[in-house]
Amino acid sequence: MGVVLPADDVLVAGLRAGDEEMFACVLNGWSGSMLRLARSFVSTAASAEEVVQDTWLAVLEGIGRFEGRSSLQTWVYRILVNIARKRGSREHRTVPWTSLAPYDGPTVDPSRFRDGDDRYPGGWRVFPEHWPNTENEVLAHEVRATVAAAIESLPVRQQVVLTLRDIDGQSAEDVCALLDISMANQRVLLHRARAAVRGRLEQYFASTAGVER
Amino acid sequence: MTCAELVELVTAFLDGALDPETEQRFVEHLAICDGCETYVEQLRQTIAEVGKVQPESLSDETRDRLLTAFRNFHV
Repeated sequence: MGVVLPADDVLVAGLRAGDEEMFACVLNGWSGSMLRLARSFVSTAASAEEVVQDTWLAVLEGIGRFEGRSSLQTWVYRILVNIARKRGSREHRTVPWTSLAPYDGPTVDPSRFRDGDDRYPGGWRVFPEHWPNTENEVLAHEVRATVAAAIESLPVRQQVVLTLRDIDGQSAEDVCALLDISMANQRVLLHRARAAVRGRLEQYFASTAGVER
Repeated sequence: MTCAELVELVTAFLDGALDPETEQRFVEHLAICDGCETYVEQLRQTIAEVGKVQPESLSDETRDRLLTAFRNFHV
């Protein structure tokens, strides 16, 4: 996952003691995800940045009261969601999380599978191509750029769930509690996001096939 | 379970959220289908690659303001 930080008790002790380096670490490590999370509640990027700023200020005020009943990250993110919700309703923005009917059409193009009258209906017409390994530095760099662009192009709710689960490494339970969504909705959003990024990677590898190898 | 069905269940499978009977069918299908084995492996690779991405970051001004606020908090 993204950034490796010390254990929570070390982090909390550091923040309480005024350890600037420690604060810079969590600030750098979490603010990107926090911006993305904030952006799903408020209407502009500038507004999201202010939400993240206000969250950190509230964290500084409140760190003395942190009891460790959740992880520090979950606690910080909850503060953010509260601030972002208030701000979002002030901006009269409809929070996309409340009325969420999961769209559950297929995540893989149905034409990749055999038809109903085939001997193996629903089976792959052609198996997915194996991907090259990405230890090569140039390739690894391009893969990362492809993935970043794919994430950017996702619907915002999918972006947020993907970021919380696969970049921050939060549990499904924590994400559901934070966003106040059901487990089923959380899973649909996460799966659609992952499948879309996989699809972009597949396109990328197909376009480079024969060039690198 | 068909391949088209399996590809929709991979996240639930990885989260251990399938009911025992569906999980059994998932695993049995995977054991005999190279296409789906590749698909699941690619989704795992995708998750690993997503984990390496650094999301956007705060502007330098906001970051500096917060570092200053932290410093002032502890004077």
